[in-house]
Amino acid sequence: MILTTVAQRRALLDGARTIAMVGASANPVRPSYFVFSYLRTRGRYTVAPINPGIEHIDGVRAFPTLAAYAAEYGPPDIVDVFRKPESAPEAARAAIDAGAGAIWFQYGVIDAEAIALADAAGLDVVVDRCIKVESARFDGGLAMGGLNTGLISARRRGA
Amino acid sequence: MPAPADRAFGFRTRALHAGTPPDPATGARAQPIYMSSSFVFDSTEHAAELFALRTYGNIYTRIGNPTVAAFEEKMASLEGGLGGVATASGLSAQLTTILALAQAGDHLVATANLYGGTITQFAVTLKRMGIDVTFIAPNDIAALIRAIGPSTRAVYTETIGNPAGNVADLEALATAAHAHGVPLIVDNTFASPFLCRPIEWGADIVVASATKFIGGHGTAIGGIIVESGHFPWGSGRHPLLSTPSPGYHDMNFAETFGEFAFLMRARVEVLRDVGACLSPMNAFLFIQGLETLPFRMPAHVANARAVADFLASRAEVAWIAYAGLPGDPSYALAQKYLPDGAGSIFSFGLRGGRTAGAAFIEALELWSHLANVGDAKSLVIHPASTTHGQLSDADMTASGVRPEMIRVSVGLEDAADLIWDLDRALRRAATAVRA
Repeated sequence: MILTTVAQRRALLDGARTIAMVGASANPVRPSYFVFSYLRTRGRYTVAPINPGIEHIDGVRAFPTLAAYAAEYGPPDIVDVFRKPESAPEAARAAIDAGAGAIWFQYGVIDAEAIALADAAGLDVVVDRCIKVESARFDGGLAMGGLNTGLISARRRGA
Repeated sequence: MPAPADRAFGFRTRALHAGTPPDPATGARAQPIYMSSSFVFDSTEHAAELFALRTYGNIYTRIGNPTVAAFEEKMASLEGGLGGVATASGLSAQLTTILALAQAGDHLVATANLYGGTITQFAVTLKRMGIDVTFIAPNDIAALIRAIGPSTRAVYTETIGNPAGNVADLEALATAAHAHGVPLIVDNTFASPFLCRPIEWGADIVVASATKFIGGHGTAIGGIIVESGHFPWGSGRHPLLSTPSPGYHDMNFAETFGEFAFLMRARVEVLRDVGACLSPMNAFLFIQGLETLPFRMPAHVANARAVADFLASRAEVAWIAYAGLPGDPSYALAQKYLPDGAGSIFSFGLRGGRTAGAAFIEALELWSHLANVGDAKSLVIHPASTTHGQLSDADMTASGVRPEMIRVSVGLEDAADLIWDLDRALRRAATAVRA
């Protein structure tokens, strides 16, 4: 199912524990490194870099492929994709084969074939969103930055 | 049942709730005033992540503060933007915006009918810094297009010009600016987001003096920047956002932060380095003000219309420039962009010129003679000798100020009392002219 609402994204992030990041970079000025580092240091998720070109990021072991990760740790809850759009179908097929519950295409990773493949295989699909931003929308991070969370509630957060 | 997060809440609800949920730390229902310069880190790793901008959190109130952030989010919600950056004043909101986009050798285009302080900031201070500003006649789209060159980084206008009262053709300005790869910055101070939301008409950045209608009580000085999140900051038109920044370990803001590039750079480089931050106390006062904005603005508009109608009926009054009056040159634009009212700040001229104007202002009992607008109290001033007094004659004329012009900001008193006072003063002014 393609997730289009705030509530659906929130449910996905609340329910997930493991995130495999396809295309995670060890270069500290790359966006994927920012997202990796944010998710890892929040402590809420177990994050695994998937990148054949690196051994590890900040001491966290990287896997060359999603299949290699899944063989050892089982299906990830979310596969987060930092690839060019033309490589998105390959990532979608790998996520399906690895038994992932959801696939998250980061900003600009928009490819109709990849979306259709994942959707047809029963994965939850998020497109053209940043998993760091959406995570921060719900945990109070965006609000600390003066950003518009779109959230209205008279309940205490976390209560 | 739809989850609460997906409901499109109305303006009044957001004025009360957006950005100000119960305090996560204490459960306090009112927004606490976090009067603290600094915030402790959880660990050295947390500190490093914060300074590298890889996680969100509070470091130092010059860059961000929980009370200030609550105000920023409320404003972003009301203007319909991606986020906000609050500043020490309206002037610093403008400067912070411009310094996030432009540097020495760059160029801006601005409409000429602007607040006098803005004109001096642009024509004198920015010029000294090497940023050149071309002023064009309001809504002259052909002149705008001629003025945009390869080094132009933004177009700047006011929703309602101060003090001439002309209404900007926001949609046409935004369309022309975008066609040439440039964002539109709109000063929305005189309308407030209740009467006009420039982002809905294509504006990319909204700035305002929060001192005016946002606060509404004339207590605190402050400013706000809200960005739409729609402008392609990575297009290459703004090298400050799309090339490695030596001010932040060679980070490329557009690549790293995407749609947040402008807001991030405005905060972590410009606010950090210029230091024009908003006090948490003042942010609290603006939050209090915003709660009643949707109720104050219709009352301001109703009083303004009553006062304008009264002035229009008087022989002592030579002219009125209020976009809310049929027949005003901006009336049609006001109907389009300000359907709920053209604000409550406008100007008029007395027969008898400067002499009549001075006698008029000095005879008023209830209207406060001072240099502010948008207060709950009614205010009056003579721009040619005050707010626009530092301008050359040519700049003054270009900005729409005439020697006999009197600017009023109609407040929330009983309209009959305001009119009673104006009637007295008009009679006194007429006597002074005959004497």
